[in-house]
Amino acid sequence: MRRWGLFVGSLRLTAAVSACRCTAAGPRARPRVGAEMIETRGLRKSFTSRQGKEKKTVEAVRGVDLTVDEGEIFGFLGPNGAGKTTTLRMLATLIEPDGGTAVVAGADLRKNPSEVRRRIGYVAQGGATWDDSTAREELILQARLYGISRADAQARTARVLEAFNLAAYADRKCKTYSGGQRRRVDIALGIIHEPKVVFLDEPTTGLDPQSRAHMWDEIRRLRAEGITVFITTHYLDEADALCDRISIMDNGEIVASGTPEALKREISGDVVRVGVDSPARAAEVLGSADFVNKLETHDDSVRLYVDEGAAAIPLVLRALDAASVPLGTIELHRPTLDDVFLTKTGRSLRES
Amino acid sequence: MKLLRDTWLIFQRQALLLLRNPVWILVGVFQPVMYLLLFAPLLKPALNVRTNAEAYEIFVPGLLVLLAIFGGLFQGFGLIAELRAGVIERSRVTPVSRFALLLGRSLRDTVSLLAQAVIITLLALLFDLRVVLGNLLLAYLMLALISLMTSALSYGVALAVKSEDVLAPLMNTVAQPVLLLSGILLPLTFAPGWLQGIADWNPFSWAVDGVRALFRGDLGAPEVWQGLVIMAVLAVAAITWAARLFARSVR
Repeated sequence: MRRWGLFVGSLRLTAAVSACRCTAAGPRARPRVGAEMIETRGLRKSFTSRQGKEKKTVEAVRGVDLTVDEGEIFGFLGPNGAGKTTTLRMLATLIEPDGGTAVVAGADLRKNPSEVRRRIGYVAQGGATWDDSTAREELILQARLYGISRADAQARTARVLEAFNLAAYADRKCKTYSGGQRRRVDIALGIIHEPKVVFLDEPTTGLDPQSRAHMWDEIRRLRAEGITVFITTHYLDEADALCDRISIMDNGEIVASGTPEALKREISGDVVRVGVDSPARAAEVLGSADFVNKLETHDDSVRLYVDEGAAAIPLVLRALDAASVPLGTIELHRPTLDDVFLTKTGRSLRES
Repeated sequence: MKLLRDTWLIFQRQALLLLRNPVWILVGVFQPVMYLLLFAPLLKPALNVRTNAEAYEIFVPGLLVLLAIFGGLFQGFGLIAELRAGVIERSRVTPVSRFALLLGRSLRDTVSLLAQAVIITLLALLFDLRVVLGNLLLAYLMLALISLMTSALSYGVALAVKSEDVLAPLMNTVAQPVLLLSGILLPLTFAPGWLQGIADWNPFSWAVDGVRALFRGDLGAPEVWQGLVIMAVLAVAAITWAARLFARSVR
């Protein structure tokens, strides 16, 4: 899939891949066009903490292999403490890995971190503005820290303020901003120098539902402009709705990778629940159908496990109709990413 | 070039933030002025000198050095607030010179200290203090070196401990003996031999002696160059150490 990206003012053509590189098990839904933006092999980090006299070593990240393609929104999903932020901070040059290799935006993370810094943007979870300076001052300073001239920094700042809907508050002090405005300033700071890839750590944590929806739009807009976006999240719906591909992380390791669709399909397929008066009759008719992988009979319904629920529904209707079995209701249940997490780790993400 | 440019950018931002809260400069001036008004009058009889001018010649240099030491040592608190706000981390992901991150801040502290020093000197002129301009500028150079050193030291310690609760007692513990052993409030000429012996190991007592010689008009006194050299060496050492801490990836 090809996108023509317009980055705030400067026209930049980007052949961007979105979405789909599926796991080895799954089929490739869409061909892959772009190059790798991030590639890591065996990335490791452990921390030593002292509790009294005892030294405790915690392996925060234990060998992460991941590939992020150019132009996609890549999500790191996992519970708090899974190692998502640590991995992100390593890729953003903030902490040094203990082992492994990584190439970020074409530069070697271990050998040439300063080149990596020039090519990436990083937005921390807690935000990063001085209370007493204004958004405009912050953006100009940030651009100038990347070596951009004063005039260019001012022009870029004006464009970015416009693009992020911040122009009206640009000259007010940051401490007067709402949570959503502050977050937009943070992200604007992360992309003012036009990085190839931007890391967003939990970009919507603490936002109200409306600001959250706006933030998703902003993030999609970054992708449309050709910026690769790498986010961490512990929200299932965010990973599902926003990300082209995700890796699920638990306990310092990646337990699954792929598009949200492929991951969900891979684990269980869909469930079609057919409400009927005589489940036994329905089971007789549908049990032998070749699109049904598995069938469960309940008091007033049968549950069919199928690969593609949407495709199975008409087949179910036709089969029951042909056998003159009266149909009450029909429902489609699609597996969630939580089901994926449950399958891979044995616990629910909501619980952890 | 990049270092100069980056240092200027950081300095500018820090100065801007300080000017938005000028109350800190006033607070910084208020205490020394209190000393000047309420403590200095005791000095003429206590030091057994003939005129007020003579008493201020001894007291004002000590006061200025005190200001430079304390002003610098407590700058780390601001940095801890910045660490918490995430602005340090934001700077560290950019290619900005790590050295500039420290130097820009320490220079801001030094400039604000010099502003305070000028105010105090002007006030002291009202109390009949007289000092040659060239000597005064050299004395300010000494103060600038002290301030660079103590603020860099404070930033370094702040980066290492990352908590106000640790920084405050630590700085107080360091500052108190330094203060008492430097002859800042009263010259150590009154001190018993053993106390003078210990004070000789306190670099700040050399600085105070140097500044006093300058205020006395004794430009050729060995204390002047000795004090300047010692402060310059320590300032370079403190800045180098703290800049390395800025560069190292912490946490």
